This record gives sequence, structure tokens and C-alpha cells, in this order.
Amino acid sequence: MTPHTALRLHVPEPTGRPGCSTDFSYLSISPAGAVRKPPIDTAPADTADLATSLVRVLDDDGKACGPWAPAIHPERLRRGLRAMMKTRIFDARMLLAQRQKKLSFYMQCLGEEAIAVAHSMALQDGDMCFPTYRQQGLLLARDDISMVEMICQLMSNQRDPIKGRQLPVMYSYKRAGFFSISGNLATQVPQAVGWAMASAIKGDTKIASAWIGDGSTAESDFHTALTFAHVYRAPVIINVVNNQWAISTFQAIAGGEGTTFAQRGVGVGIASLRVDGNDFLAVYAASQWAAERARSNCGPTLIEWETYRAGPHSTSDDPSKYRPADDWQRFPLGDPIERLKKHLIAIGEWSEARHEAAQKELEAEVIAAQKEAERHGSLLDGRVPSAATMFDDVYKDMPEHLRRQRQQLGV
Amino acid sequence: MTMIQALRSGLDVMMGRDDNVVVYGEDVGYFGGVFRVTEGLQAKYGKTRCFDAPISESGIVGTAIGMAAYGLKPVVEIQFADYVYPATDQIVSEAARLRHRSAGDFSAPMVIRMPCGGGIYGGQTHSQSPEAFFTHVCGLRTVMPSNPYDAKGLLIASIECEDPVIFLEPKRLYNGPFDGHHDKPVVPWSRHELGKVPEGYFRVPLDKAAVFRPGSAVTVLTYGTMVWVSEAAARETGVDAEIIDLRSIWPLDLETIVDSVKKTGRCVVVHEATRTSGFGAELAALVQEHCFFHLEAPIERVTGWDTPYPHAQEWAYFPGPSRVGEALKRAVEA
Repeated sequence: MTPHTALRLHVPEPTGRPGCSTDFSYLSISPAGAVRKPPIDTAPADTADLATSLVRVLDDDGKACGPWAPAIHPERLRRGLRAMMKTRIFDARMLLAQRQKKLSFYMQCLGEEAIAVAHSMALQDGDMCFPTYRQQGLLLARDDISMVEMICQLMSNQRDPIKGRQLPVMYSYKRAGFFSISGNLATQVPQAVGWAMASAIKGDTKIASAWIGDGSTAESDFHTALTFAHVYRAPVIINVVNNQWAISTFQAIAGGEGTTFAQRGVGVGIASLRVDGNDFLAVYAASQWAAERARSNCGPTLIEWETYRAGPHSTSDDPSKYRPADDWQRFPLGDPIERLKKHLIAIGEWSEARHEAAQKELEAEVIAAQKEAERHGSLLDGRVPSAATMFDDVYKDMPEHLRRQRQQLGV
Repeated sequence: MTMIQALRSGLDVMMGRDDNVVVYGEDVGYFGGVFRVTEGLQAKYGKTRCFDAPISESGIVGTAIGMAAYGLKPVVEIQFADYVYPATDQIVSEAARLRHRSAGDFSAPMVIRMPCGGGIYGGQTHSQSPEAFFTHVCGLRTVMPSNPYDAKGLLIASIECEDPVIFLEPKRLYNGPFDGHHDKPVVPWSRHELGKVPEGYFRVPLDKAAVFRPGSAVTVLTYGTMVWVSEAAARETGVDAEIIDLRSIWPLDLETIVDSVKKTGRCVVVHEATRTSGFGAELAALVQEHCFFHLEAPIERVTGWDTPYPHAQEWAYFPGPSRVGEALKRAVEA
């Protein structure tokens, strides 16, 4: 009999902790243009190589390379850049408002702007996104969603469209294809699959887009959703935003060590891609590919977006307690706004001066929206929706016991 | 009709009336369900209207929420109520809250059917009565029929309801009424008045209790199998009990309950579920709040014991007619 040494429990650790540098060599990164682009009806099993390599379009000089470089008009790219800038400025401004106690809570998507913005541009009206709390770019990329109204939600004020019932950031915009956000992680992924199944049951042409972070892939609903999406070949895109961190927990603790989240998709028979999430053109192209695949009845796609959560998890979080302060500067995939800006300048469709002007214009737009929203009250001044409204919408019609409770409150 | 046939008929009627009604769950499609409730529906309406699902309760409920948000009317099945727990997050955090948290922007009108209750030697995981888990959740409706007529009418009303409905089916009543006398042969529904069920569309309104047996001495608040047990207990003790079948457990028909207790001055609550924090506690509290000056005796509760549901000790656990009868006597003699 062979003598065995004592067993040891393996607990993954990030290489970088406060005071030292992260070794990002764990990220497998392909050169821009190096990864092949398969036809949309590709067999899921044939995407195994795409689940470990990294789809990238923009090289270090801002040049678009390879088969994934999308045919996209510079005007659309400028729109995308502007939406990313708007998202970042909006986030910065709301962070400040939280510090001034005008909102109770906020969550930025700093560094992840390209994913939601470019993805939303690849979808069609009527498609439904099932976002997490870090896809505000899906809304800010749209002209038909008022920033004022979004800020009213953040302030839970008298014009909050969801009547002060939810924490800031938990938006709901059915008309914009943005499903109501829940605090419970991963629940929206099987819901997205069900929505897509419904579209298929009715013979519709709409598709669903599900969103989840790296950490939440450990929730059982992630597995559940992949299984249902595969079994019923649901027209859904399952987006895993791998920003390397779940609050203080490095993605290795979610199960990312020595593997990728895209590989989960291949394992359950779903075509899967791993994409540079800070490369606007790659995000747009991969999203378009997956949307076309879903809309053509070729089935679901899982996309792992490789990015970095540049900001704190939320306004209640201090990342300097668990990761290096300069981590984002060292992240090899850079900043999505800088990279698209560089590309647009390289092709002669943008300039430093235009960028600066756009920045100023957007800052003014966000400040004006905030001022307008503040006119409708905030938590600070107590001008919030009436307490009587809290009894509405629990059921379609108010049952007797809620009527009695509302009377007891005297409202 | 048996209760199984009545439920199937309810699904059939609604699938025929509304293209948006879809039915799925484990073994629900081709095979027609382990209790045959969905038999023939796939053959009649096709695989996109009635289909088999993977063994994943959270997946079944989670996808149904998405379908309901799209605009369908999913009627999903959890094979046994004992197996609903993996779907708890989807039911409590999502289906129940969606309308409120989105201020009506989205909603999840759907029905989650699940066979429940004991009295069948089902042991720990084929006998539970988890209704109190759901009545505690704001935004849900919890319904339980006690006979074929109500089963069909309540199921149709539940499918038409705009709120998510937990539809509990006492499997002990699937083939015939059961009064707790396990040593006697079961009388089939075909020999009972409530087994006469119309073929077509009809509904039994939600939030409406039924006075199952009128009486003057004591009010019995109950639902499901225990309606029949309570009826046997009243018959055998000679206590003139007024038995109220809640049908809709929550939200409930408070008016019928209060009117009855004010009349009788006494109240016994009967359910199969375990006692502590069971739904009986809510019933007792409501009666106490609304009928305090009319009560002549303490409110009694006859329930399952605070133990997991046993196998060999089934009839010592199940609150049968003798235990209910003793409570009736205590209530009228107090």
C-alpha cells in the first residue's frame, strides 16, 4: 500500500494584494485579429478553442484587425464613444451625489462601459435584456431614456418611476428592453432563458440577452440557465462579465482558476466565445454574431467578456483593503474609452479637440439632468413618494388586508 | 371526474381558450405527469404548449417568470411540494416581488402547481404541507382545493389571475375523498356529489371560502384533506360544527370566517402541516383580533406534530378524526 501524505485544502488567492502588484499572466490574451470567426451556425462543440482564446479587434495602435473587425460606420462608433463617455461621467457624478448624501447608494461600471454600450447597439428594438446592477450603459446608450428619470430613481424622489421601492441603480425599463433589476444574484439568467423560450413558443423574432458577473456564475441559477438554454435551444445570449472581482473575492474563488467561464458554455453544449470586453469593436462584433445566431434559430451563445472592475464594488466598498491601488493601470486590456478614442483618431474620425468638447458637453448635460431631478426631491429633503403607494402593486388589485394596513398607517 | 381528471380538464379548457397558456414540468409532457394530471395535453396541443422539463425546480420556476414577463401564462408543475425548496429564491425574491419592485412595469402571472399533503405513506419528502412558507410571502396567492369541482374551478381562476398563484393539490384527494379512516376502503369521487364537474369553462372565485358543513356549535377553519377529516369528526362526535373550507389560504375570505366565529363563539383550526408558525397560527391570530368579544373558549389547533413527516408512524402523525373530534369536544365544553 502506498503511504499518502496528508491532504491539503486548496484556497485560491489573487497574486496582487494591497502593497504589491498583480501578475496578470493568468489571463490568456490573444493578439488582436488572431482569433478566427466561425459561421453563425457553428456547432457548439466546435467553439472549444474560442472559449479559451480571446477575440480582439483593436491592436495597440488602435488599428482594427482580423476577421472580427465589424463593418460599422464611423458615425455609429462616435455614438458608441459618446455613450461610453456619458456613462462614465454619469457614474462619476452620481458617486459624488452619494458622497453628498443626495443618494443612499451607488454602483459604478468604471472600466466596463464598452460591454453594455456596444452590446446594446448590436440588439434590436423589442429584444429584452436581463441585466445586473452594472449594465447602466444599456440605458445610457439610448436616446429615449431620460437621464433625469434615471436620477429620480437613484434619488427615490417623487418622480422615481418605481416609486421609491428599490435601492438606487435597480432600474426597470420595459419599453427599453431592460428588465427590472433584482438584488438577488443570477436569478435573471433563467428568466432570460424563459423569455427567449416564450419568444420561440410564439414564433416571434425577438431575442433575450442575459447578464451575470464572474462571481455570480457560482450561483445555482447560472447552471440552471445554461441547461435550459441548451435543452430548448433558446434564442438567448448569456453574457458573463468577468471583471475579475466579486466585491473582495478574486475570480479564482468563483472557479476561474486554470479555466475560463466561456468553457462552461461549451461543456453544456452552448456555443461560446471569450472576448476582450474593453475592445468596443470586438464587443460589437461578438454581440452581433451571437444576436444573429439566436435570431436565426441556431441557438444560444455564451460570451465571457474579459474586463476589469476599475472602481470600488459599490459606494459601500473600499478596494484598497483587498487589492493593489494601481491595479487598473496594470490591467493588460486597458481602458475601453481610450482604446476606441485612439481608433477613431487613427482613422481620422475624431480628434483630441472633439473629445474634449464632447466631454464638456456631456458633463454639462449630466449636471443639468441632476439639477432637474433634484427639483423633484431626494432622500435628503424627504420629498419621496407617498407611503400610501407602498401598498400598491403587491398584487394586481389591492386585497382587503393591505387596505386595512394602509388605513392603519393613516395614509 | 376525479380530482386528477378535473385538474386535467381545467388545463385543457384553458389551453383551448388561451394560446398563451403553456404547461411544463418534470415528466409532464409525453408521459402526462407522474399523477396523470397532464395526460394527453401534449398530444392535443403539441410540444411547444406542453413539454417535459429538466429536473430543476429553480429552472422551471425561473424560466416561467421570464415567460410570464414576455406575456405567456405558464402553468408549471413541481412534482411534489416537498421539492419546491430549490425554487424558493425564484418564487420569493422574483415571482412574488416583480410587480411591486417594478411598479407594475413587469409582472409574473403564473401558476405553480404542486401535489402536497400526507396520508399516503409518503414519508419525509412526499407528504409535506409547505403552505405557510408561501402565505408568509407578500405578493403570492396560495390556493388549495378539497374536491374535484373546486379543483377545476379554482385552477381556471388561478390561471386567469394576474398574480402568481401557488396551487397546492392534496394528492390524498386525487382519487377520492379521505376522512382519515385509513382502515376503510376509499370511496371514489364518482360516488360523490362534488365529483360532478362540468366539462367546459367555469370558475370558482379566489378569496372566497366555502361553508362545507353549516353548524352552530363551533367553527372549524380548515382546507384540503382536513376538510373531510373534520367532517368525519363532526359526524362521529355529534358536535354541530360549522366547517369552513378556506380554498384560498392567503389572501383569504376573512368575512366568512368572522361571521361564522361570531355566530358560534368557538373555533378550531385544523391542518396537516406542522404546528409552530404554521398557517394555523395566523388563523388563530386573525380570529382573536376580529372575534375576541365573541369567543367563549380558547381557539384550538389540531395540526401535524412539530416533527418531520414519518413513514411508519403515519397515522400517529396525521391529525385524524379522533384527534379533531377531541378538539371539537374540548371547544364546545370549555
